[in-house]
Amino acid sequence: MDALFSQLFAGLSLGSVLLLAALGLALTFGQMGVINMAHGEFMMAGAYTAFVLQWFVPDAGVSLLVALPVGFVVGGLLGLLLEVTLISRMYRRPLDTLLVTFGVALVLQQLARDVFGAPNVDVRAPAWLSGAVQVLGMNLPKTRLFILALAIVCVLALSLVLKLTPLGRRIRATVQNRDLAETSGVSTRATDRLTFFVGSGIAGVAGVALTLLGSIGPTLGTNYIVDAFLVVVVGGIGQLKGAVIAAFSLGLLQATFEYSTTASLAKVLLFVVIVAFLQVRPQGLVAVRTRSLA
Amino acid sequence: MTAHTSPTWAARWRALALSATAVGTALALSACGGARTADAAGGTAAASGGTSCVETDGDTIKIGFLNSLSGTMAISEQTVRDSLDLAAEEINEAGGVLGKQLEVVGEDGASEPTVFAEKAEKLISSDCVAAVFGGWTSSSRKAMLPVFESKNSLLFYPVQYEGLEASPNIFYTGATTNQQIIPGMDYLKEQGKTKVFLVGSDYVFPRTANKIINAYAEANGIEIVGEEYAPLGHTDFATIVNKLKSSGADAVFNTLNGDSNVAFFKEYKNVGLTADAVPVVSVSIAEEEVGGIGVDNIVGQLTAWNYYQTVESPTNEEFVAAFKAKYGDDRPTSDPMEAAYTSLYLWKGMVEKAESFAVADIQEAADGVSFDAPEGTVTVNGDNHHIAKTAYIGKIDADGLIYPVWESDGPIEPDPFLEGYDWAEGLS
Repeated sequence: MDALFSQLFAGLSLGSVLLLAALGLALTFGQMGVINMAHGEFMMAGAYTAFVLQWFVPDAGVSLLVALPVGFVVGGLLGLLLEVTLISRMYRRPLDTLLVTFGVALVLQQLARDVFGAPNVDVRAPAWLSGAVQVLGMNLPKTRLFILALAIVCVLALSLVLKLTPLGRRIRATVQNRDLAETSGVSTRATDRLTFFVGSGIAGVAGVALTLLGSIGPTLGTNYIVDAFLVVVVGGIGQLKGAVIAAFSLGLLQATFEYSTTASLAKVLLFVVIVAFLQVRPQGLVAVRTRSLA
Repeated sequence: MTAHTSPTWAARWRALALSATAVGTALALSACGGARTADAAGGTAAASGGTSCVETDGDTIKIGFLNSLSGTMAISEQTVRDSLDLAAEEINEAGGVLGKQLEVVGEDGASEPTVFAEKAEKLISSDCVAAVFGGWTSSSRKAMLPVFESKNSLLFYPVQYEGLEASPNIFYTGATTNQQIIPGMDYLKEQGKTKVFLVGSDYVFPRTANKIINAYAEANGIEIVGEEYAPLGHTDFATIVNKLKSSGADAVFNTLNGDSNVAFFKEYKNVGLTADAVPVVSVSIAEEEVGGIGVDNIVGQLTAWNYYQTVESPTNEEFVAAFKAKYGDDRPTSDPMEAAYTSLYLWKGMVEKAESFAVADIQEAADGVSFDAPEGTVTVNGDNHHIAKTAYIGKIDADGLIYPVWESDGPIEPDPFLEGYDWAEGLS
């Protein structure tokens, strides 16, 4: 029974990591149709931000809390730069964005390698996140609870922005019908830039969070980019709701498979399930209704 | 839906997403491809003849250094190249080998086994080097082996590996399994550990190692309470650590490679497992990796190697000082680096004993050649071309260095096919 609950939590936790990695993509890929292969490298930038900040802020706890907003800005600015210089030239040519951003990803990885060195670096975890909370006889690691909470906060904040703010309305209008939005006075260029800033910023936050779990090195992004795309595709293009459901479903499935078989086999089984699912439902779990995507 | 309508947007999106996923997967795979991979097959192939073009009349003698200076293995192999360069420099300053200065031809194996094979061929055939030093992954060694055998040249390979191999054209100066894995298990047994959990990356080295550990455990009254493999590059260890924790293990034997170690040790600490209660013995974490994992996450854990920077001997003090003087105080020395450094001196010893640079003469002279290495005295075994090495179990300290807590009674004779162990019968 303990094992069952522990695994349930492991699945939720994995889901929250996937969600953080995929949330920004759900905006930039899902809403804007840009296949941004450099998304993982924005996460890497967030992780290195946390690493650099701990030089200046010696208290690990404070430095982590400072790193979250700073990571958002760093990731966001990188995304903005990418959007303005390259991606703005190739909206509606998604395959080209794939190639271009793939190149950018490689450049960013090498840049990280030159600046920080090839070996992994270490970000110290704050004392208040060490150890585990005892619930019903289970150990719930505090770092994973923190990431779960962070994922929830990010989803809520993002959906509030999309639903309630003028920016959100403009984004939704642009996604649903770019031309009509333009004629209604929405500056789609400005909207594109802001959307990209927010999406990439969330990648930066995800990167900061990942420093609590895994390695911080130049290839951090490549560890997560495939999973992030999977979440968005399974979730359905253009809907945050889909990404949330998909991330937690995949996390739980992976944990279940991994517990009953092995880690390698679990990965294979997960892909089999995803392929089968996409045969039945190519549009993903939740698909936005629109006439303008074509 | 009919078959001839133009694809729906959903279908197009799916195609795009799949291609994105495919590129991403390729990326991920290429990122993981650098770790040691090999098959356990091997064996002794007879050296076939081959005409040597090695120039021995001049004041210099050419040797080849072949390491990955680019690609995923560059992080590790650059350190090996650095220590090889140091050894060559020292030997030249001391008068060279048989009065000839070493002329090093450096090549980049680029983390690709096929490139290693090509460059080895080039070093032997067009650069006419007397011997080649390098290689790291087992797959690179396996790719080079036929080249060295068909050209009848010599390779000195410096990294611990999964054993079950012996070629007359390769000298193995890293540990074989009975010099690293078995001492690791001996230590756990000595500490009264009876329930061991095995965790490793999913490729041949860990699987071979764990096969040996399973046989050892059965013969020594130790229970293997779990055996888990994670794909190379795996970064979420929640489930594996959950299984580990509920298995009741009192020790862990870790053959994970690369980044996975970081995620594993962070998770290990997160769930409240400690080095005191359930120690982890690792065989692929050396001094350079400790910092990246985070000393806090791994302090007190154990490693099994044949060398640490902290080994106390005058020879090691000189080696460490020379290395730091050349490359900087912040650079630690590690086992594969030391084995590479030693390999050059062993070759020198063999050449001087044979009084010849010819491969056949060196093979003949090899047996019993010994060197006072930083790790302790090492001696070449002429039968299997491995060397007798001292085994150390080390504990990772808060300063990021590894300090020996146990060492074998003197050098352990290499036994790559584990012929000297009754319980290992049928493994190879």
